[in-house]
Amino acid sequence: MTLLKWTRRGVMAAAAGALLSLGALPTPVTAQTPPGVLIVGQIAEPKSLDPAAVTAVNDFRILVNVYEGLTRYKSGTLEVEPALATSWDISEDGTEYTFTLRDGVSFHDGTPLNAEAVKFNFDRMLDENHPYHDTGPFPLSFFFGAVEKTEVVDEMTVKFTLNAPYAPFLSNLAYPTGLLVSPEAVKAHGKEFGRNPVGTGPFKFAEWRSNEAVVIERNDGYWGDKAGTQAVVFRPITDANTRVAEMLAGGIDLMVEVPPTSLGQFQGDGFSIAEQAGPHVWFLILNAKEGPFADKRVRQAANYAINKQAIVNDVLEGTATVAAGPTPPAFAWAYNEALDPYPYDPEKAKALIAEAGAEGAELTFYVTEGGSGMLDPVPMGTAIQADLQAVGFDVKIETYEWNTFLGEVNPGLEGKADMAEMAWMTNDPDTLPYLALRSEAWPDKGGFNSGYYSNPEVDKLLEEARVATDQARRAELYKQMQTIVQDDAPWVFVANWKQNAVTNDRVENFGLEPSFLLHLQGVVKN
Amino acid sequence: MGGYILKRLVSAIPVLFGITIIVFLIMSLIPGDPATAILGSYATPENVEKLNRDLGLDKPMVQRYFIWLGNMLQGDFGRSFSLNRPVLDEVLERFNATLILAGTAFVLCSVLGILAGVVSAARQYGLADKLITFVVLIGISVPSFFLGMMMILAFAVNLRWLPVSGMYAIYGGGDLPDLLRHLVMPALALAAVATGVVARLSRSAMLEVLRQDYIRTARAKGVPERRVILGHALRAAMVSIIPVLGIQAGFVLSGAVYIEIVFQWPGVGRMLVDAILKRDLLLVQGGVVFVAACYVMFNIAVDVAQSLLDPRIKT
Repeated sequence: MTLLKWTRRGVMAAAAGALLSLGALPTPVTAQTPPGVLIVGQIAEPKSLDPAAVTAVNDFRILVNVYEGLTRYKSGTLEVEPALATSWDISEDGTEYTFTLRDGVSFHDGTPLNAEAVKFNFDRMLDENHPYHDTGPFPLSFFFGAVEKTEVVDEMTVKFTLNAPYAPFLSNLAYPTGLLVSPEAVKAHGKEFGRNPVGTGPFKFAEWRSNEAVVIERNDGYWGDKAGTQAVVFRPITDANTRVAEMLAGGIDLMVEVPPTSLGQFQGDGFSIAEQAGPHVWFLILNAKEGPFADKRVRQAANYAINKQAIVNDVLEGTATVAAGPTPPAFAWAYNEALDPYPYDPEKAKALIAEAGAEGAELTFYVTEGGSGMLDPVPMGTAIQADLQAVGFDVKIETYEWNTFLGEVNPGLEGKADMAEMAWMTNDPDTLPYLALRSEAWPDKGGFNSGYYSNPEVDKLLEEARVATDQARRAELYKQMQTIVQDDAPWVFVANWKQNAVTNDRVENFGLEPSFLLHLQGVVKN
Repeated sequence: MGGYILKRLVSAIPVLFGITIIVFLIMSLIPGDPATAILGSYATPENVEKLNRDLGLDKPMVQRYFIWLGNMLQGDFGRSFSLNRPVLDEVLERFNATLILAGTAFVLCSVLGILAGVVSAARQYGLADKLITFVVLIGISVPSFFLGMMMILAFAVNLRWLPVSGMYAIYGGGDLPDLLRHLVMPALALAAVATGVVARLSRSAMLEVLRQDYIRTARAKGVPERRVILGHALRAAMVSIIPVLGIQAGFVLSGAVYIEIVFQWPGVGRMLVDAILKRDLLLVQGGVVFVAACYVMFNIAVDVAQSLLDPRIKT
């Protein structure tokens, strides 16, 4: 008896204690994030804040607020405009780019921005004998693989010489890999520069608490419009459900990459949702070398058979649009408006399959569990499987973890699979087709044409577009390429992702960019 | 006793060597390499080869193993390429966070579990026993990550009593009350299953002891019931409860992975999951070796404690 009584007393005391302590809690917890400080929910801890060393969009979101490049994307577009360079000249043959630098700009540590600083940046990345090359590795340095040398012409003029004409050069300079770092800071911090970043941007680095937060503060000496918030805090929250809970509870002011199924929770007052289509395309690689998809009619049949509208609306809850061809519409200047997506037409698909004699063919379909830009690959793969079964194919899914998946798909599908999921996000209309559709880009030649598509006409158009320096001419070539590729159907063109973000009602002036970069300079937090 | 401890410590050395070989082999043999993980869509054979060379992964496997082992014996665990900092710094920082979480959960599950077990056994088939059994079975059956998410929904999103995630508040935090506020939910969610297991086993251990003759003798002598249970029975039952606690400590440590992900607790479990997905070889290897060493030490401590409690175990 005594024991039970003692326990009852204990339980009551414990309960009372718990209530008291919880009662005392609400005050500090509901004290919301401070005004003037924007708290951003990120999807992961950044690897490094050295722009030359990172590859993830997640890290780019911080970098573009701290650093600037010679060029940048004009707001709301993927077209290039001057940034730290005020103007440039391109030589007649397209191999020499001479930039005039902006006057009076200095890095956050006081180092002046001049031609020497620009040369230091590109030499560090590209020259294996440079004294600070060991601050790498620089995985995306091939973006500037065409650069043969960088020369200082005078204090404020710098010249790049390319080994061949390369039209995407200007937009690669606007990509985060081309952001400029302070040479003095690299010399001072060496390998630790990535944790002590110094750029020229509207915000300067304040602190990095591992696995907790990266804090950047307004740069009051910025050459352009000063930032609208005093500080921005980037919090890594890897689990999407937890990120949503933090947003609902007021622990963060802005979250990116809201899961499609959670968007409904933010529909009411108190939150606003931003959406922006970007240079993303989600497709199925078809094995054009062997099996049923070696026949163009069967590849077209697959495009007709899959109900892309249903995938986009029901699986992705409207967070994507149906893709028409290999080039995303976000590249407005190079996109062929005349193309319509393949309509959903299972009858036509069946007729084409019968014509090709491929009824009841067995297909092996590689699906990944998730990966950069892959959206919701398992449910999407299952929906695709069902649509293909409906027109008479026998589809067998094989699912792989992302790195294993890339290890299977990148070396080519021959002898292994008939189709595979894939998605790309790029910064120039050249990148994806050049690396994944040319005959010279077959896996054995070091490219990503894992389905072995080959059309000499497409090859010619892409080669020509890459060396043409006139944008109108390039646009025309890309548009022709899209028409041919859509008809040849080396892929099933499925979706173009719309990136989303949610802000609470204390955040003003926020918008997403088609480049998928997160510019927070103009944002105000009340 | 000193000799026994020394013997156990020496026997741990081959175990740790075995672990270095296993973890190294697993990380070398799983498909996908670090360069592919870093480059993603841009992983052309040419780029992969260059990056692997920059990362020092082009050497033969055996050579890489001995370089790694040699450096580690000198206290150099290498540099994590996915976090761009020394492995040991990261592991120590993360392990500290896990210890706080798992340690709290372990204390909770030991105290609550034994208490519940003792009450259940003392009142076998009574109302308290049935109530406790009911709650305990729910605790055992609900997956910890689900419990964690439900707690977040209830106490953080709807009631706003507690913070959703993290270890410290971003602003104005960093002190002990702040840490405790962040610790309440993850520690409870993590302790739930272990508490249930400890409660069930304590109950049966107690019941077994309570049937012994000397308990009847004690009662016959007129020893107060509370002393019979806490003084005579529980002390004897602890011999079978302590090994269970040792095993639960392991479960709490490994179960922390899910909880660390749900609550964004910056612990070593979440670090290892991220590192495996990114194929961060040195971080995974260093982290696993470190955790395994701690686990081995903990097991030795449990064995020693047991031999102290039960003289029948030979040392």
